[in-house]
Amino acid sequence: MAARQKVLVLYLATSALDTPVIGWAKYDGFGDSQPMTGDEDVPPYKTGVDALRDGWRLIQASPLVSHASGEEFRTDYLKYEFFFEQWQSIEPRL
Amino acid sequence: MSRDVGLTTLQMAEFVARGVLAFDGVVPEALNARFLEQLRAPVGDSDRTLSQAYSRIIHDSSIPKISPGTSLPDCFQPGDCLHDILNLASVKGVIRSLVGDAPVFDHHFLHLTLGTGNETRRTARAVSQHNHQDSTIDPRQAFDIQLFYFPQAVTRAMGGTRYIPGSHLRRVSEAAIARYQNIVGQEHVICPAGSLYVFHMGLWHGAGCNQSTEDRYLYKIRLGPNAPQVRLWNDVDLVTQPDSPRPIFWTDPSHKDPVANRLMALEPWFEADTGRLELINRLKLWRYITGDPKADVDYWLTRIENEWGLP
Repeated sequence: MAARQKVLVLYLATSALDTPVIGWAKYDGFGDSQPMTGDEDVPPYKTGVDALRDGWRLIQASPLVSHASGEEFRTDYLKYEFFFEQWQSIEPRL
Repeated sequence: MSRDVGLTTLQMAEFVARGVLAFDGVVPEALNARFLEQLRAPVGDSDRTLSQAYSRIIHDSSIPKISPGTSLPDCFQPGDCLHDILNLASVKGVIRSLVGDAPVFDHHFLHLTLGTGNETRRTARAVSQHNHQDSTIDPRQAFDIQLFYFPQAVTRAMGGTRYIPGSHLRRVSEAAIARYQNIVGQEHVICPAGSLYVFHMGLWHGAGCNQSTEDRYLYKIRLGPNAPQVRLWNDVDLVTQPDSPRPIFWTDPSHKDPVANRLMALEPWFEADTGRLELINRLKLWRYITGDPKADVDYWLTRIENEWGLP
């Protein structure tokens, strides 16, 4: 049976999955929603673990990276990024 | 001639900490009306597409073409709407406090987002703009400012600029942050007509989706300093070396310095560890604008500069 992927990206307060969500993104390959930037002010889950408990499958997590000498205080991209997925079946066309 | 009204030390601390200051309704209604009158299509001749609207506006003279690097006092002619807006005492005071009396013009632009409700649906499916940081990677301690002028009242449905308070000190590469759809603590401009928002050049932001029937106008101008940005505001109340630094962690409720509190206020989206780095980077910026190489709050910089014991 054909299926389509949904992706949830959570940004957490630390490298631990049980810490608060500070940012998020959604992409819907199934097409029954059309997420866009700035469309929600409240996170879909409080923590990464809450997403696991709701059926999301973790497929990637940010590695912990050493701080380059001389750049120890530099801040840039959100540091603790976790990618989740779900697969949703689609009905075959008759 | 009226003396311009500069920012206070507390407002400067707010700018250092959050990268944004908002001034609701600072431009008088008569000027807002003049500005919009220049830009709107004549009655009965509404723009059917965004490109038609821009083609019409860019070919008239309401927003002049100015070379980057021009001194701001030479950019606009007296009597021009934008000249009058930028020379309001309160607006001049904001500009002078952050980038000096004669800042360098970088660019300006009219951001127009068409409403959706006319006889012709004038846009494809309306979507918001991704989050981004303007220009490119910019590692300077000196900073440019971007003034966002909203000549009309902006409602939530009109999709006013979204921004992430406290993101301005993060060194990222323009649209590389587009993946960050939503961030806890993000704000959306909702304001009365004539409001002015002042962004640090690094503030993450993006245009919202206009889901109203009204076209939304935003004029943005970027200005850079032409001299060190040290104590340009009304700094009579500035204290960078208090007699007694406030206790940290095991705190003293009697210490209520609002400037220190503002500089140390964490944003809800800061990671647990990098939030502390943000405080350190704020304090480095605070040292730059105060001209005090020893300025500190809550021991963040003094601690990591202490190689051999206290002097």
